[in-house]
Amino acid sequence: MRIMMGKIGEWFDHRLQLAAPIREAAEHPVPRNTASWFYVFGSAALTVFLMQLVTGILLALIYVPSAGEAWSSLQALNHQVTLGWFIRAMHGWGSNFMVAIVLIHMVQVFLFGAHKYPRELTWVVGVFLLLMTLGMAFTGQVMRFDQDAYWGLGIGASIASRVPIVGPAVVKLMLGGPIIAGATLSRFFALHVFVIPGMLIAFVGLHVLMVLKLGINEWPMPGRIVKRATYEAQYHTMTREEGAPFVPYAVWKDMFFAAFIILAIAACAYYFGPFGPTGQPDPTIIQTAPKPDYFFLWLYALLSLLPPSLETPFLLIGPALVILGLILLPFLSGEGEKSWKRRPIAVITVLMIAITLGTFTHLAQFTPWSPHMNAWSGDPIADQYIHGTTALQRQGALVFQVKQCRNCHSIGDTGGQRGPALDSVAVRLTRDQLIRQVIQGGGNMPAYGNNLSPAETTALVAFLETLHPATQSPAHDSARNLVLNESNQKSATQP
Amino acid sequence: MTTKPVIAPSTEDTLSRRGFFMKLGILFNGFAAMVVAVPVVRFLLSSVTGERANAYLSWVPLGRIDQFPEGETRLATFRNPNVMPTDGKTVDTACWVRRVASDQFQVFAINCAHLGCPVRWFPQSGLFMCPCHGGAYYRDGSRASGPPERGLFEYPYKVENGLITIQAGELPTPGSAIASLTGEKPPCAS
Repeated sequence: MRIMMGKIGEWFDHRLQLAAPIREAAEHPVPRNTASWFYVFGSAALTVFLMQLVTGILLALIYVPSAGEAWSSLQALNHQVTLGWFIRAMHGWGSNFMVAIVLIHMVQVFLFGAHKYPRELTWVVGVFLLLMTLGMAFTGQVMRFDQDAYWGLGIGASIASRVPIVGPAVVKLMLGGPIIAGATLSRFFALHVFVIPGMLIAFVGLHVLMVLKLGINEWPMPGRIVKRATYEAQYHTMTREEGAPFVPYAVWKDMFFAAFIILAIAACAYYFGPFGPTGQPDPTIIQTAPKPDYFFLWLYALLSLLPPSLETPFLLIGPALVILGLILLPFLSGEGEKSWKRRPIAVITVLMIAITLGTFTHLAQFTPWSPHMNAWSGDPIADQYIHGTTALQRQGALVFQVKQCRNCHSIGDTGGQRGPALDSVAVRLTRDQLIRQVIQGGGNMPAYGNNLSPAETTALVAFLETLHPATQSPAHDSARNLVLNESNQKSATQP
Repeated sequence: MTTKPVIAPSTEDTLSRRGFFMKLGILFNGFAAMVVAVPVVRFLLSSVTGERANAYLSWVPLGRIDQFPEGETRLATFRNPNVMPTDGKTVDTACWVRRVASDQFQVFAINCAHLGCPVRWFPQSGLFMCPCHGGAYYRDGSRASGPPERGLFEYPYKVENGLITIQAGELPTPGSAIASLTGEKPPCAS
């Protein structure tokens, strides 16, 4: 039997002539210290990518890329087709893992100086792979054609429309027409299923080929400086004299980690299930608060917190600068120290970016900038705030309740966080300042002058003046009292 | 093997017969590519340059004006004038109709002028609020607070025989035609 198999193998290899190059690639010597758990993220990204290809094809067996039927075909996958929910969940969690692993891989490569000479092009191709991964994430979110997808496309179109001169044309090109409709989903389907995956396969091939040709980056040693003139000779001496064959010396760690990641994705898929779809993509249903998937939450937060005048330049120039910076990085720092122990600025940069993205993502989960759409007159003002108040102040509490002040302001921990909490507002603002703020707005608060009668304003301000801790007296304008006293005295002395 | 002379590419400037045919072949393929590229590019750009592209905005009925009480703002829906068979529910669109006086209206796009999320009307506080990034607008659509740089988009409207009709058909974005239409006096408000 074994002889038979051997003969069949020989027959094929006589024609294909692939065995020798494959063996050569598998057994090429790698520096011994690269057989490390730090070096497993690239192969893990490739594994998840292959898994996404397989689960994606499986989903395409059922999914209908039509604006009229996509949502119901997802429902069928979730509820009707045997284990359709599991394949959807694997694909959805796979995309989350993919973005995360690609980012971790990138950070590891950067901190280990692997982007330096002669691996600049490998890094540049990697930057494009990151962009394609994010492209897959965004177009994939559109495939889940629900309310979030619909309004997410609207956000994309609104951003695109801000491009000077060609903006409107770009929007129509992106949407495939004047509105978000059937053609929009179809073209995002083409991008998600044909265009970007095709490019991904080509670029992954290039990326891996270059890793094989140039050799894996050696473990960086502080003080071992990269120089263009000597690096390659040093690397070859190192691999020749103290190298070990990639298979099996280093590959077993990649294999263990790949299996672990696939099991982790399957476990998440099993326990947490598929993502959505949320409500139907019906634009007449406006009771919705669209939110992007987690990898774009930081952007969602940023768009809420940037000053309006900075937003368009930031949106249009920011990404171009980031991409340009990433591409130029290996050319600007192609030589020198590789070890992160001797590159404090690199470490600080990575930490700063991670903390910034993390903070924005965290903020986006509870959106403190958004008015609470449901906190309105249904919630009465708590007793403690109207205990022992006058009739006028109670009338003000009612105005406060009915005019939806709590969409933006909290009192006693109920209400929005768009504006400041009002539990002790009387300590901060005098009576006149309160009146001005309510009537004229300002500092991001709408003006309520047109919407409140003078009597309502008087009552509301009377109520707001009671909002101070028992131990602190309300703010008052001493100068105003002085002026009033003086004029009182004058009128008293003048008969 | 050794008897056949290897035909080396001519190092001189003279054009060999094979070299000429290769160049001709490249030229011929370039011509074929151009012939095919014209329809391919026109197809790709059809949503931007096609005949329909300039006729997107057309008049769409919203309903009888007595559905909209004076002084109030109500949600109305309309069907987009350009429909393809695969569009499903996406061609139904919502808008806010504010009846200022008997024949005077304001029809606001549902899309926030910031990034297009659906704004909601709160009659008690007299504000439109956006659930995404916290934009707010006054009852007349002007900007009140938050990230939007302008007021709500307004559809041009006309009232005929007790019917209100708006000019719609394009997703309102800061760069779209409707954004520049806003600010003009609606045809019947003069």
